[in-house]
Amino acid sequence: MTTTATRPVGAQARASISARTLRTDRWWIAPLITVIGLSAWIAYATVRVYMHKWFFVEDYHYLTPFYSPCLTDRCGEAAEFGTFLPSWWIIPEAALTLPFLLLFRLTCYYYRKAYYRSFWLSPPACAVPDGHKTYSGETRFPLIFQNAHRYAFYAAGIISVINTWDAIKAFHSPEGFGFGLGNLILILNVVMLWAYTLSCHSCRHIAGGRLKHFSRHPVRYRFWTFVSKLNTRHMQLAWITLATLAITDFYIMAVSAGWFGDVRFIN
Amino acid sequence: MGEKRQFKVWRGDETGGDLQDYQVEVNEGEVVLDIIHRLQATEAPDLACRWNCKAGKCGSCSMEINGMPRLGCMTRMSTFSEDETITVTPLRTFPVIRDLVTDVSFNYEKARETPAFAPPADLAPGEYRMQQIDVERSQEFRKCIECFLCQNTCHVVRDHDENKKAFSGPRTFIRAAELDMHPLDAREDRKTYAQQHQGLGYCNITKCCSEVCPEHIKITDNAIIPMKERVVDRKYDPLVWLGSKIFRRHPDDDQLVQSGSSHAVSAGPAMTGVDLPDAHERTEEQEVERGVNWHRRVGPAQLPAVGANGRLGVSEAAFDRSGAASPFGDDVEFPMPPRDLNYAHPDQD
Amino acid sequence: MTERIERHHYDVVVIGAGGAGLRAAIEARLAGKRVAIISKSLFGKAHTVMAEGGAAAAMGNANSRDNWQVHFRDTMRGGKFLNNFRMAELHAKEAPQRIWELETYGALFDRTPDGKISQRNFGGHEYPRLAHVGDRTGLELIRTLQQKIVSLQQEDKREFGDYDARIRVFAETTITELLLDGDRIAGAFGYYRESGDFLLFQAPAVVLATGGVGRSYKVTSNSWEYTGDGHALALRAGATLINMEFLQFHPTGMVWPPSVKGILVTESVRGDGGVLKNSEGKRFMFEYVPDVFRKQYAETEEEADRWYTDPDNNRRPPELLPRDEVARAINNEVKEGRGTPAGGIYLDIASRRSAEYIQKRLPSMYHQFKELADVDITKEPMEIGPTCHYVMGGVEVEPDSGAAMGHVQGLFAAGEVSGGMHGSNRLGGNSLSDLLVFGKRAGEFAASYVDSMEKRPTVPAADVEAAVDTALAPLARETGENPYKLQQDLQAVMGDLVGIIRRKGELEDALTRLAELRVRVANVGATGGRRYNPGWHLALDLRNMLVVSECTAKAALEREESRGGHTREDFPAMSAKWRTVNLVCSLDGDKVRLEHKPLPKIRPELVGLFDRGELSKYLTEEELAEFDTSATEGASK
Repeated sequence: MTTTATRPVGAQARASISARTLRTDRWWIAPLITVIGLSAWIAYATVRVYMHKWFFVEDYHYLTPFYSPCLTDRCGEAAEFGTFLPSWWIIPEAALTLPFLLLFRLTCYYYRKAYYRSFWLSPPACAVPDGHKTYSGETRFPLIFQNAHRYAFYAAGIISVINTWDAIKAFHSPEGFGFGLGNLILILNVVMLWAYTLSCHSCRHIAGGRLKHFSRHPVRYRFWTFVSKLNTRHMQLAWITLATLAITDFYIMAVSAGWFGDVRFIN
Repeated sequence: MGEKRQFKVWRGDETGGDLQDYQVEVNEGEVVLDIIHRLQATEAPDLACRWNCKAGKCGSCSMEINGMPRLGCMTRMSTFSEDETITVTPLRTFPVIRDLVTDVSFNYEKARETPAFAPPADLAPGEYRMQQIDVERSQEFRKCIECFLCQNTCHVVRDHDENKKAFSGPRTFIRAAELDMHPLDAREDRKTYAQQHQGLGYCNITKCCSEVCPEHIKITDNAIIPMKERVVDRKYDPLVWLGSKIFRRHPDDDQLVQSGSSHAVSAGPAMTGVDLPDAHERTEEQEVERGVNWHRRVGPAQLPAVGANGRLGVSEAAFDRSGAASPFGDDVEFPMPPRDLNYAHPDQD
Repeated sequence: MTERIERHHYDVVVIGAGGAGLRAAIEARLAGKRVAIISKSLFGKAHTVMAEGGAAAAMGNANSRDNWQVHFRDTMRGGKFLNNFRMAELHAKEAPQRIWELETYGALFDRTPDGKISQRNFGGHEYPRLAHVGDRTGLELIRTLQQKIVSLQQEDKREFGDYDARIRVFAETTITELLLDGDRIAGAFGYYRESGDFLLFQAPAVVLATGGVGRSYKVTSNSWEYTGDGHALALRAGATLINMEFLQFHPTGMVWPPSVKGILVTESVRGDGGVLKNSEGKRFMFEYVPDVFRKQYAETEEEADRWYTDPDNNRRPPELLPRDEVARAINNEVKEGRGTPAGGIYLDIASRRSAEYIQKRLPSMYHQFKELADVDITKEPMEIGPTCHYVMGGVEVEPDSGAAMGHVQGLFAAGEVSGGMHGSNRLGGNSLSDLLVFGKRAGEFAASYVDSMEKRPTVPAADVEAAVDTALAPLARETGENPYKLQQDLQAVMGDLVGIIRRKGELEDALTRLAELRVRVANVGATGGRRYNPGWHLALDLRNMLVVSECTAKAALEREESRGGHTREDFPAMSAKWRTVNLVCSLDGDKVRLEHKPLPKIRPELVGLFDRGELSKYLTEEELAEFDTSATEGASK
């Protein structure tokens, strides 16, 4: 660890290589897929959130996660926590929670990597030049707020509880207890949402990552080990939950709109 | 015998250079470094390239192969198709010295600035007790072979040379994380240091460092993100922030300031010969205050380094310090500590 | 003389930045000296990183019956009693302290359940003794020392405002000449590899820690740095070399595929259950247990297999015999036609342990072969054979201080470049602790040598000019011979004729060919300029390799017995008479001179650690008689 690794000291020029990158593989595929995937999902979600209909199947109490908790007077029976929000079209039914969910995903360590690489091209791929002249990372406004991820995680935890409540309430039919394909989808979605939320890097830190001595906190160590295992799949879970959210929502929309009926196993 | 394959190798130095074509024989089971060696032994004996162990353990043969930062000894030729031209270039992020050799002193400088392990004051050697589960996290980072591929691939400095001052790079982040997670490290300010002095905030976790790590250290997931979270604990936690505003102090900053400031010491190192214990220094200071005791016994003066003819050597022109060699010998520093002064005062009999 | 030479003044110049060099530098700096560390490659890349198994120290963490006497006994046994007993004693006594010290520098060894440093089994050690970190102990050691140096530099920065105030690392710098003032070391001359610029160090004390000589061999685990620089520098400065005939061939180096040829398979593979099989699938090591070891090693496969789980009640498997025995056994199997197509034998752990177990115990071994050669050691056996690995011989030193013998003052040596500690064969794990113990001592005594000096030596200007001329000579010879070709030829001579099994005729042949090579090396040329020119660097290293090879060949021809790392086919037995003799190499002009020198006599209380039966295998009749007298005297007291 010395400054004398080099002689003469004056040499500062990098190797003059004209090609911006010499990578020969198709490095642009990954960012391209990310752009397409995320854009498509955002488009779908925006359209759905502002449809203000087909979000609830009354017979079976299926409520799409995009509208949960439903808080405007358009909600009807779907409202579990009151309907105190005004029903102006610009206000989504789940206006209290959607911003936090958005924030959770926006500040998520995986999504950050994904959109920095794809939308922001900083950098598009390893050893491929940055698309920008200057760079200050996450040291300044607004990106310094990425550090708030932890608080978004807390919110996401609460919202996951609400989603779980929705999934439990959905074991319903006009005759009382009921169970159909919609339930399976809702449950799968909730399980995946939990997996994604718990696999969060902030959660890993809070669970035990912040400790200096695991040996003095055996229970937290076990929790940390569990979260760490999930955490290695954070990227997969991020994409899987986008898919399960969209599928759940689409299924409920379709059943609600009457395009097809729910497949019922019990009642 | 193997077949000939197409290679392009960057040759040149800081004044310029270009990719040169070579046709080299490739045998089964060889790696790119084998090919570089064959080139050296045949067509290009002066082709500059660093290497040591050729076993992926020392991290010397870092280069860029087909644009990707890799170790030459860990890139098997069988991973390329037979008609592919393989391009070998030096690391882009660091100044080039010649051919595939770059000046990686940036990394050593940054490593040298990172505060070292602080041993616990109350434990003697042999008394350290640590549990395996507590050391495992830090052990992962100590696998680092310092190939500097992560430093090279990190776009923060690769594409923005101006950030080199403020940003230390993934290698030093894992060092900071290693020490922060070390069960017996006595310093508490690693997180603040990482954030304020290493530029942790510049990292936008695009994970290229983890992608190129030949030791498969999960740099981003296990070091950088946990460090960012630890900084959040301290820095962006509203309660802590509020507390620091109210009490006008930051819990970690104290230590940093303390470590940065230096206590003034006058004695030159080589002259006194030994590390003086504090008590001794105090008496010396007192001695200065009282004036020098000219009646004490002093040893003979150290003679200057002269040649056989009794003169100082003049054969070499260059010197590592400015100015010519000191006639007192370059190991003597001024002012000399009083107890080493050895001329007789007129009042002395 | 218009050549630009950068000039530096230091108290101690440490040549070599491996474990021994760094430890010496730390010690000299702690003694208040200004220290320069010369590293031939980048800082922290030294060959020490290759050591995998661990560092042997009788800390008694794994087995409380372990202590320094047992370690001493194992070391002497391993070295076939040719060790300098005092060095072995110091080493066994001080190793634990040196390891514990590393923890205060920040090292993180693997732990036992009660939080102490975990210790593992290794060939030749009676108890589990090797402090380790997975299978990358060498890396941990060098990184720890490197970081300790950084921490000292940070202290200096706080004190003097300059990181380099008392320790400076000269990375990628090669020393080509030691400069003398009379018979005292006055400095060192070398060049920056990167720029080709020359530098001159004026320093009264030099510590050699340059490692070994393996690059003179065809199949070797050593990197390009191992060209015997320290050995040659010492010889030219008037110091002597001992035991140069003893080279350790690691029994298990990969022989196939070619990209990993020479790379070592750590002994822990065998410690963790791997066995050696020939092409017929036979576990052959049971046939090769020498009488000396008969009592400690299992005779049946069943007993050997029980040992892994119950080492207290079973004898160890013969796969864990000292390295030379294993190497010889493999060589014999291959020679008798039971080897693999690539000329090795199989090391099989895949069929004996689960994939998870192997990956847990030998992570970097697994990952290395998977990545380097696409070989999955959890699925298929490895093809392995003997590889040149370590030189036991080296600079003859004073055991306590590491000061070089011969007629030179101010020269110290530590680590692989010094000789005597390991006798005729080194036990695995003893090299890392050797680095620490004698690195520290060399640094300490170099510092006190500087203190004791009245007048600083001066560097004669004429010698500097001569050194410049010598260094530039190859660049001037445009039609000179290709250094790479010369190196290949030298490696062929050493590998084929002075290899693991030696014969008189071949050794004589080798000496003739080395004499021819000497003429050719004197005429070596290098194309290109001075900037980072590997051809030029090799051309300069060749003369070092050559002179050290001559020492090895001469000593190998002289020693008419087989012992440890020296096997003569025409003298297959160990001879008690030869045990009392060290072969000492020195340089007379440019000729290698070989002399016999009696070994120092082992102190009685140390001899008393062995039982008579064991001693009778090593000692001469007279020595035994002496032992008996002192034993009866002790009994009558």
